[in-house]
Amino acid sequence: MKKLRKTVFVIAGYNTVSFGSGRKEFHPKKPRPGLEHYVKEAGKGAIGQVNDVKNIDEGVIGNFMAARFNRQGNLPGFFPMIDESFLYKPATRVEGACASGGLALVFSIKTILADLADTVLSIGVEVQNTVKSIYGADILGGAGHYAGERKQGHAYFFPSKFSDRAGACFEKFGKDKVREAMSLWYVQAIKNARKNPKAQEYHNSIEDLYAAAMTPPNPKVFCEYINVYDCSKVSDGASALIFASEEGLKKLGVSKKDACEVVSFGQSEGDLTSPPPDLTKLDTSQRAVNLAYERAGLSSKDIGVAEVHDCFTISGLLSVEAAGFAEYGEGAEFVKAGKTNPDSEIPTNATGGLVGFGHYTGGTGVRQAVDLLHQLTGKAEDCQVKIDPNRPYGLMISMGGNDKTVAAMILKKAA
Amino acid sequence: MNLDERLENVSVLGAAGKMGSGIAVLIASEMAKLKIKNPDKLYRLNLIDVNEKVLDGLLAYIKAQITKVAEKSTVFLRSAYADRADLVENREIIDAFVYDAFSLLRPGTDLGAAKNSKVVFEAIIEDENIKAKVLTELNNLCSKDTFFLTNTSSIPIGFLDKRVELSGRLIGYHFYNPPVVQKLVEVITPSTANKELIEFSTELGKRLRKKLVPANDISGFIGNGHFMRDGLHAIGEVEKLKGEHSLPGGIYIMNRVSQDFLIRPMGIFQLIDYVGVDVFQCILNVMRTHLGDESLKSELIDRLVEKKVFGGQRPDGSQKDGFLKYEKNRPVAVYDIEKGEYIAIEENWKENLDSKIGDLPEGFNPWKKLLTDPKKGDKLSSYFENLKKADTLGAELARTYLARSKEIAKELVSSGVAKSEDDVNAVLTNGFYWLYGPINDYI
Ligand SMILES: NC(=O)c1ccc[n+]([C@@H]2O[C@H](COP(=O)([O-])OP(=O)(O)OC[C@H]3O[C@@H](n4cnc5c(N)ncnc54)[C@H](O)[C@@H]3O)[C@@H](O)[C@H]2O)c1
Repeated sequence: MKKLRKTVFVIAGYNTVSFGSGRKEFHPKKPRPGLEHYVKEAGKGAIGQVNDVKNIDEGVIGNFMAARFNRQGNLPGFFPMIDESFLYKPATRVEGACASGGLALVFSIKTILADLADTVLSIGVEVQNTVKSIYGADILGGAGHYAGERKQGHAYFFPSKFSDRAGACFEKFGKDKVREAMSLWYVQAIKNARKNPKAQEYHNSIEDLYAAAMTPPNPKVFCEYINVYDCSKVSDGASALIFASEEGLKKLGVSKKDACEVVSFGQSEGDLTSPPPDLTKLDTSQRAVNLAYERAGLSSKDIGVAEVHDCFTISGLLSVEAAGFAEYGEGAEFVKAGKTNPDSEIPTNATGGLVGFGHYTGGTGVRQAVDLLHQLTGKAEDCQVKIDPNRPYGLMISMGGNDKTVAAMILKKAA
Repeated sequence: MNLDERLENVSVLGAAGKMGSGIAVLIASEMAKLKIKNPDKLYRLNLIDVNEKVLDGLLAYIKAQITKVAEKSTVFLRSAYADRADLVENREIIDAFVYDAFSLLRPGTDLGAAKNSKVVFEAIIEDENIKAKVLTELNNLCSKDTFFLTNTSSIPIGFLDKRVELSGRLIGYHFYNPPVVQKLVEVITPSTANKELIEFSTELGKRLRKKLVPANDISGFIGNGHFMRDGLHAIGEVEKLKGEHSLPGGIYIMNRVSQDFLIRPMGIFQLIDYVGVDVFQCILNVMRTHLGDESLKSELIDRLVEKKVFGGQRPDGSQKDGFLKYEKNRPVAVYDIEKGEYIAIEENWKENLDSKIGDLPEGFNPWKKLLTDPKKGDKLSSYFENLKKADTLGAELARTYLARSKEIAKELVSSGVAKSEDDVNAVLTNGFYWLYGPINDYI
């Protein structure tokens, strides 16, 4: 595994609110901002943190399904709308289902490593409340194999895929233990989100979170092994940040104390046309994380803070194993012991994660990177965790579909 | 004939009305599900109404509602349409179901369309003579094993059955408004009812996933038996209050006491407006006649109807003016019958009355908030404990109201209208969305 051939920095992170049900100001029948609004807010939020936007060389935008949610393609064309200085500059849209944001990060890093740009504005966006969730399920189902599995699939296609994973874990590792851990994952997610004003669950006022999370599943209207609290919600939002080379950082006038360094990244792809080899394991995620560790010469022992892709509570548990924090089959125990809580061993998803913060699918990977950047540079406000100086690295996993497209990235505070 | 066979050909009379349109949606959904199972069978749902113009609006309503039904049952529909390779996404499956449901609808004004129906739902205007006339025509038209389910709010079923000579083929199947949403159906079984019809109506209730509450065949049954007397109590209190607070003031006070102090979904006068002042009068009249109870009368209601102050809802669901005047479905003024005009609920006027009503007792939570609160039982108990002790006009009126409501409910049981106290409570909590039944320990 080759180390990165030069240092790539990441700066100027910005998240919009994750908008959707649960936010007080959300009303399903009231008009809502569209794609343009979110792209602009996030883009401006990032470029507002550098001296001169003209010094940004190009743009990358991650998005999953705007063509269906918003009937909009050709997203690179939104960059000049953010700021006129992007007019005629290169811009690219990348897609890899819910890992689209992760791919936007990776594509930006590669562009800088290829010496084709010194600075790249990287955005991820999704606006999904345009359709009811039963139709949104169709659209998100596009992350699976349409010809091979959609017809046989469930009305709520992806929830049921992860419900099956939960069912497999119940059987293999013990139902009570895994179920309790899933519920504790939910409790942790909401408690973290309540500290983050931009989180979709910021206003969550459920008194007994654990009891809610233990609601028995209702397979007649939803899934067999999971309930709605196990799922991330339908969200609108965008995130943005800027990647820069050493020269790029100087050009943008940003100090290293406000920057992180990309220590490494790993990318991995599963076969969309075949089912996961083992439902109790996120093997593609594990592969991506291991690549990132190898490339950096690090291991899970070096990670002090993490952002994992908990599109469902069960994916949270399985990600903890894929990241190597817990051994195979021991993710549930790890979570039950509170080792992912903000003040414990490996604070994970300290701003709420997908379950608590929200999940604007194609933007989530960028959102995770923004939150890691804020944690590592001490800007996470009420969500700030203490980072063990012996483990100064942050890991993120951006996962698309049923563990098919995965990008992992390791950051540390720039020196 | 079993339930499935009966559902092959059904008619709804008054299909364009509030109740008929909802019943049409419920039955069309079930028939469409049968159609998927038995694609070769012929299914027909006749939507009959004298008002041709509103039938167009009916189809739009049915489409929107069936779509909602399909959206909620997509898990089931995906398995039902498993053999249809052309239907892959939820959207396609939902559209197919709506189309299948539509293909069995036959809207029209001709009563003759009901000729082959095995089940007829009657939901036309609440008028004994018109109902009897229409049912007589149908009795001559349909085969002698056709079942008739009437939605009447007050007319005794046995009386109608006898008058029309249906020989036990009529049962009271009293949906609540709107039938698509309301879980409750009051089933009024006259002593003459055909045994097979009784079984059919029970099975149908299960199929429609409704909560069936039995009521005896005594005019008003449980729901209106309580509601009418409950409304008359409030009107009686207004008569007492009007000396000091004027008539509009009294209406305002009782409306607020019933909504806030009693934590009901809406104030009593808003509820009468919602149902329709004229409908309220009509039901009172039917009950008075059949029960021979002269107390079931209100001069105030009669005068309002005379002045054409009807309440009720517009086709778009918005509230028409009655006791109260509405903007965006919120009361903004109170009717002054002496002047024949509405008195705006202005800040000063309202504050003055509110100060006379007094503060809400400690522990008050609005109805909407408690509705989904898992601890609502405890919260209600402690609130009503405080209401018992409170020394305000509002609390006093509320206590009298609670006691009267309980008395009415108990009389429904003792006079044989309801089979049990639980049944009365079930009707009020399900059909009227009360948080607690009228028979309780709060007073
Ligand atoms: N609205 C309620 O809250 C409610 C609740 C329970 C029961 N009910 C009862 O349901 C019945 C219908 O009430 P509604 O509120 O739906 O009334 P509605 O006025 O909304 O509807 C009645 C419909 O019947 C039609 N109609 C009248 N005469 C007809 C005839 N001869 N042939 C065919 N159609 C005819 C009218 O055109 C109208 O569309 C009444 O018996 C009423 O007491 C009403």
